Amino acid sequence: MSNSALLKSSLAKKYWMSITGLFLILFLIGHLAGNIPLMFEINRETAHGFNEYAKFMSENPLVQIVAWVVKIAILFHAVDGVLLTMQNNKARPVKYKVENANANSSWFSRAMMPMGLLIFAFICIHLVNFWAEMHYGSIPTYKVRGEEYRDLYTVVMKFFGKDELAIMWISIYILGMVALAFHLIHGFQSAFQSVGLRHKKYTPIIEKIGYAFAIIVPLIFALIPIVIHIRVNG
Amino acid sequence: MKLNLRIWRQDGPNDSGRLENYTVENVSPDESFLEMLDELNEKLVSEGKEPVAFDHDCREGICGMCSMFINGEAHGPDRAITTCQLHMRRFKDGDTITIEPWRAAAFPVIKDLVVDRTAFDRIIQAGGFVSVNTSGNTIDANALPINKADADNAFDAATCIGCGACVATCKNSSAMLFVSAKVSQLALLPQGKVERQERVLNMVEKMDEEGFGNCSNTGACEVECPKEISLDNIARMNREYLKASLSSEK
Ligand code: HEM
Ligand code: SF4
Ligand code: FES
Repeated sequence: MSNSALLKSSLAKKYWMSITGLFLILFLIGHLAGNIPLMFEINRETAHGFNEYAKFMSENPLVQIVAWVVKIAILFHAVDGVLLTMQNNKARPVKYKVENANANSSWFSRAMMPMGLLIFAFICIHLVNFWAEMHYGSIPTYKVRGEEYRDLYTVVMKFFGKDELAIMWISIYILGMVALAFHLIHGFQSAFQSVGLRHKKYTPIIEKIGYAFAIIVPLIFALIPIVIHIRVNG
Repeated sequence: MKLNLRIWRQDGPNDSGRLENYTVENVSPDESFLEMLDELNEKLVSEGKEPVAFDHDCREGICGMCSMFINGEAHGPDRAITTCQLHMRRFKDGDTITIEPWRAAAFPVIKDLVVDRTAFDRIIQAGGFVSVNTSGNTIDANALPINKADADNAFDAATCIGCGACVATCKNSSAMLFVSAKVSQLALLPQGKVERQERVLNMVEKMDEEGFGNCSNTGACEVECPKEISLDNIARMNREYLKASLSSEK
């Protein structure tokens, strides 16, 4: 193998960006599937089903490994993105006085770093809200057939429904998902181009799937806290 | 037409430079952009002032010398042309036109609108060639069967004139479109296959060393390229480099 070609070069940084980005896209699918039940009817069954899922997610060793891989992938992706952006800024030390960038590219394709930083801030807030609460906080517990369950479901309902800052939290979650949507409208297809997967027939299909994914997935994520708020209060 | 020009003036590589205002009158819509600048320079010389330095050579869109960032776009507002092919009918009486040099750390300004693009030459020297003996015993090109699609794609890539508009346009001052065109035109043909792995590794290494930025796949380069070099080439280079870094002896 060529020395450092797959670590330090400009193209290598993009390969890692692409691989971690695609992995995080897969994670989003799983994460969404697990949380969609939160939108449905509030009763003991849905509550317990969700808490069972949460217990499985926080105790299964395999899930634990994947969960840490996801966190490492986010950090790796973010650090790689910062390194790329720093080099890119250094490559253009003097800016143009007049630049008509909209004539040749979309603003969101040029805003991967700002959108990424918003997503990063959102992820930090989100982890403090639920992950830290689940692992280190004081969540009320109940027992079913001798097994202890933590009632994360009720915590989520309170958080988006009754918390005095509920509207602020919901706004933050919506903003995070808007940033994710724009990040993915460009990022989804870009990840394929970065590793050289481009084809006259398949690339237009990838672009369409990417566009749909980038809008539908963040939209459903954003709907979850809104629907919870309406259900809890209405 | 009467036009207001704002032109970047910089006495030398170490001068900090500034935009200066000029007016030109009686500009004909049939003139080319460079002829309009020639008239400005004649006026400046007759007034005993320093003319605006700008690069040009063929004035027919094939040498790639006429680098100018006009109203925020490389080679001005039209597509698939160089500055020398831009005509004044594209502008209206009373317009203000801002003219700046290419901006990239790897393309330092020499004077006014003239930049040093020898970084491109050094990338070519790193691998953009085929090592064949040309001393009388070359094989006739038609003796080598080449797939039509490959020949067409190689030819399209080979139309790159090394103008640097891709670098000037890219928000990252990335040279990927240029380098990928040069990698592609040789990788696609049998003559270029022998050295294809070292070629892509060496050219990318040189490109990084020269201080060009990375590719964010915004696609701006493809839009502004006077020869409409396609992003397909960048994807091909990404594949070539991935394969070469995994399997090359280097
Ligand atoms: C769930 C979260 C995220 C997902 C699914 C995601 C996905 C992606 C994808 C698919 C790409 C395209 C890769 C390519 O062009 O090859 C990308 C690019 C990028 N991401 Fe993310 N990303 C996420 C979070 C972040 C975060 C937290 C940051 C930074 C703090 C970030 C910064 C960037 C940057 C700067 C680029 C563009 C790099 C470039 O081409 O110059 N992303 N992301
Ligand atoms: S790829 Fe296009 S814009 Fe870039 S140097 Fe070649 S001809 Fe000029
Ligand atoms: S002067 Fe040769 S391309 Fe414009």
